[in-house]
Amino acid sequence: MTTTAVSTPIIPKRSGRAGPLKLLFRNQLAAFGLIMLLLILLLVLITPWLPLPDPDATALSKRLLPIFSEGHWLGTDQLGRDMLSRILWGTRVSLAVGITATLVAASIGSLIGLLAGYFGGYLDGTLMRGIDMLMAFPYILLALAIVAVLGPGLMNALYAIAIVNIPFFARNVRGVVVTLRNREFVDAARLSGKGDVRILVSEILPNVMPVIVITMSTTVGWMILETAGLSFLGLGAQPPQADLGSILGEGRRLIINAPHVATIPGLVIFILVMSINLLGDGVRDALDPRLKAGALHRPAARTKAMPEAKAAVVGQQKGLLEVRALRTEFHVGHEIHQAVNSPSFHIEPGECLGIIGESGSGKSVTAMSLLGLVASPPGVIMAGQVIYKNENLAGVSDERLRQLRGGELAYIFQDPLSTLHPLFTVGDQLVEAMRAHQRLSYRDAWQKAVQLLEQVRIPNAKERAKVYPHQLSGGMRQRVSIAMALANEPQLIIADEPTTALDVTVQAQILRLLNQLRREQNASLMFITHDFGVVAEMCDRVAVMYAGELVEIGPVKELLENPAHPYTRRLIACVPDVTKVQPQLTEIPGLPPQVNNLPVGCKFADRCDQVTDRCRQAPVELEALTDERQARCIFAREVL
Amino acid sequence: MNSSIWPYIGKRLLLMFPVLLGLTVIVFFIMALIPGDPALAILGAFATPENVAQLNTQLGLDKTIVEQYFTWLGNVLQGDFGRSYRQNRAVLDIVTERFNATLILAGTALVLCSIFGILVGIISAIRQYGWTDKILTFVVLIGISTPAFWLGLLLIMLFAVQLRWLPASGMYAVYGGGDLLDLIRHLILPASTLAFIATGVIARLTRASMLEVLRQDYIRTARAKGLSEHRVVYRHAFKAALVSIVPVIGIQAGFVLGGAVYIETVFQWPGIGSMLVNAISTRDLLLVQGGVLFVAAAYVVFNLIADVVQVLLDPRVTS
Repeated sequence: MTTTAVSTPIIPKRSGRAGPLKLLFRNQLAAFGLIMLLLILLLVLITPWLPLPDPDATALSKRLLPIFSEGHWLGTDQLGRDMLSRILWGTRVSLAVGITATLVAASIGSLIGLLAGYFGGYLDGTLMRGIDMLMAFPYILLALAIVAVLGPGLMNALYAIAIVNIPFFARNVRGVVVTLRNREFVDAARLSGKGDVRILVSEILPNVMPVIVITMSTTVGWMILETAGLSFLGLGAQPPQADLGSILGEGRRLIINAPHVATIPGLVIFILVMSINLLGDGVRDALDPRLKAGALHRPAARTKAMPEAKAAVVGQQKGLLEVRALRTEFHVGHEIHQAVNSPSFHIEPGECLGIIGESGSGKSVTAMSLLGLVASPPGVIMAGQVIYKNENLAGVSDERLRQLRGGELAYIFQDPLSTLHPLFTVGDQLVEAMRAHQRLSYRDAWQKAVQLLEQVRIPNAKERAKVYPHQLSGGMRQRVSIAMALANEPQLIIADEPTTALDVTVQAQILRLLNQLRREQNASLMFITHDFGVVAEMCDRVAVMYAGELVEIGPVKELLENPAHPYTRRLIACVPDVTKVQPQLTEIPGLPPQVNNLPVGCKFADRCDQVTDRCRQAPVELEALTDERQARCIFAREVL
Repeated sequence: MNSSIWPYIGKRLLLMFPVLLGLTVIVFFIMALIPGDPALAILGAFATPENVAQLNTQLGLDKTIVEQYFTWLGNVLQGDFGRSYRQNRAVLDIVTERFNATLILAGTALVLCSIFGILVGIISAIRQYGWTDKILTFVVLIGISTPAFWLGLLLIMLFAVQLRWLPASGMYAVYGGGDLLDLIRHLILPASTLAFIATGVIARLTRASMLEVLRQDYIRTARAKGLSEHRVVYRHAFKAALVSIVPVIGIQAGFVLGGAVYIETVFQWPGIGSMLVNAISTRDLLLVQGGVLFVAAAYVVFNLIADVVQVLLDPRVTS
C-alpha cells in the first residue's frame, strides 16, 4: 500500500489533545516534583553505602554542633549523633512507612470498594455504612484512638494511618465500579461464563486502576505527613528507631539553642511531601479527562475579538442592527472550528428576522456573537462587524456593552431550566435585570416585576414572583425569560430557539405570546430556529444558514413559494403539513460538514441532488437575485 | 425564609442520632479491644486475685461485652464518662474544661481558613492560568504539604523567640493575663498555623467550583441581562459555588479539630488534643475514650450545621 501513501498528501493531523504522559511532562511543576522525588529516592536507597557515621553513635563531647561543622554537615543532635546520617536513615523509615501505609490502605480500601460496588445490595449497604462511620470521626483523631489501643510504636502508627485512609479508596473505587457494573463488556464476560472473581480481576479492576492511582498519588503525601505527626507526638517511632517525625519531636525542646535539630527534619518532610503532591496533582490532571478537553477554562466576560473585528464602522449602517461579514471561530488546542463564516445581514426596526438551519449550522453562535456571549476560550471573533447605532459592538467599551445587553438588546435562551439561576427567586431575577439598567428601588422594581409576570400571562403573579425556577413548569419558566427580556423595553429581542426545550402543546402559546408582546412594544425580533413552519408563522424575512455560511436570505413568503437554494427547499420539505396527507416526512440525508475541515467549494455539495463538478471546484459566492433576495447556489438564477 | 426547610432540618437532626450512637459503638469497642486486664492495670502487679475479681465485678467487667456496652452507654447518657485514674477526677470535668480551649482554637482556625480559602479560590478562578493564579496555587500547595507541627515551631522561633512580638505558648499569660486581648495574643500563632494548613483544601475546592459554575448557562444569562462582571462573579457565581463549598467547610471542621492535636502540643495550648496525647502516653484510657467521643460528637454537630446552611442556600434540596 506504499504507493497510495505517496499519492495522498500527508497532512499531519495535529490533535488538540495530548496523552496522559505527555500532559504530565508538559506540566513543569509535576516534572519538577518527579525529579525531586527520584533524587530523594536515589539518595535514601544508596544511604547504606554512603560514607556516613552510624546514625545511632553518640558522642557527648560533640553535642549540638551547628550545621556545616567539620565532619558533620548538618551538625549533631543533643547526644552528639550525626544529623545528616540520622536524617537520611530517618527519611528511609518515613518513606517506607508512608508507602507501605498507602499500599495497605489502597488494597483494603479498593477491595471494599470493588465488593460493595460490584455486588451492591445488602453487602454494599453494610460495607458503606461502616465506611461512613469511619468518616464520621475527625481523621487524625481516629488514628490517635487506634494508636491508643495498639500502643505507641511505628508499626501501630502505620496501621492507624492506613485504616483512616481506607474510606477514601473505598468510596472512590465504589463510585466507579457502580457505573461499570452493568456495562456491556461486563455483561458479555458474565454471559461467557466467567465467575464473579474473574470478572472483578480481569474486567473491572483494570478500569478502576486510574482511580486507585489518582487516590494513591493524592493520599501518599498525607500519609507521610500523618505518620511523621504521630512520631512527633511520641506515638510513632520509638528510640532508638527514628523517623523524620521523631527526630523533629526530640529536637523541638532545643529550638532556642540548637534550632537545626528540629528545623532540618521538618524541612525534609516538607520537601518530600511537596514533591509528592506536585507529582500527584500532575498525575491527577493527566488522568482527569475533563482537563484534557480544555473544558475547564473559565469563559471571559465577553467574547475575545481580534483587532480586525474591533475596527470602527465605515459608511452608513443598514436598519436597526447590521452584521457585516462576521467570522467567529472556536480554537480548541491546535484545531480551528469555523463556526460562523462571514454572514452579512441586517434587521429593520419592528421586523422579525428568522435565522434557520440545522444544529451546528452556526445560527446560535452568530446570535451570541452579536453581544459577545460566545464562551471565550474557545470562541474568538476573528473579523467582521456587528453595527448598532453606528457603533461596532465588538469594539465598544465593556460598560457600553453591559448597558446594551439586556437593555436595548435582549436575549431569550433555549432551555429556561438551565438559563435561569436556580438559587434566586424569579422575582429577584427580574428585579436585578431592571435595576441593572434603570434607577429603581428594590420595592418599585418588585412591583414592576409582578406586572411583567402578569403581562406574560402567569397566573397569580404576586405569589409566583416569590418562587424559584425549579418550582415552575417549563412553559412558565420560559414566560419568565420572556418577561426578563421585555423588562427594559428592548429595541431588539434575540430569541435562540426559545421553544425547543418545551412541550409541543406549550410551544405555540409561547410563540404567540412572544410575537404579540414584541409587537406591542414595537421591538424587532431575531428568531433562531430549525423549524420552517415557525418561521412561516412569525417572521417577515428569513436567513438560511449552513455550515456557518448564509446560503439564502429573503422575504419569507417568496422563499416559501420559490426557494432558490436546494438546502432551503429541503428545510421547507421537512415541515409536516397537517392539511395534506403526506406519504412520509422527508429528511435531509447525510450530515453537515465538519467545521474544522470545510470543503473548498459549495459546503452543501455532498448532500445536494443537483451537484455538479463545478460546485466543488471553487467557493460559491452569495449572489443577489432581486433587491431583497440573495442565494449561494450556481443554479439559483435558473430556479427563479 | 423558606418554611419548607424545617421538616428537612428535623429529619437531619433525627439522622444525627444513629451517627452519634455509631460513634459510641466504635469508641467503646476500640477500647474494649485493648489487650490485658484493666483491673490488673489499675491495681498494679501486686494485686491479689481476690482484689482483681472484686474490682472486675465493681467495674462490671464480668458481664458480656454487649451488656458492658449498654451499661457504659447508660452512664455516658447520664454524663458519667468514668474517672481518670491518673488525675483521679471525673473524665467529664476534665474534658469539658479542656473542650472550650479546643473550640476556641479550632473555631478561630476554621473561620480564618474559610475566609482565606474562599478568597484565594475566587481570585484564582478569576485569574485562571494567570500569574496570580499560579502563585496562589503554589502557596496553597505549600500549605497542604507543610507539617503543621514544624510550621508551628518555625513561627515560634520567628515571632516569639527572635522578634518577641507574641507569646510562644499557653492560652493566657501566667502573670497579669486573663483578658480577651491576652487570649487573642496567645491565639494568633496557633490559630494561624492551623488555618494555613487547612486553607488549601477550601481554596482548591472554591477555585474548582467557581470555574465549574462560571461555565453554566445561567451565568451567560446574567451577562446577557447586562449585569456588571463584579455582580456576575460575586453574586451569581459565588452563591452557586458556595453550595458545594459549605459541606467542605464542614469536613474541614474535622481537620482542624484533629490538627489541633499537633498545634496544642507545639504551643502547649490547654485543649483536648494535648490532653489526649498525654492520656495516650500514660495509658489513661477512659480519658482518651471521653475525649475522642467529645471531639467526634463536635464534628458531627459541625457537619449538621454545614448541612443546614447548605439547605438555606439551595432551595432545590428540600423539594
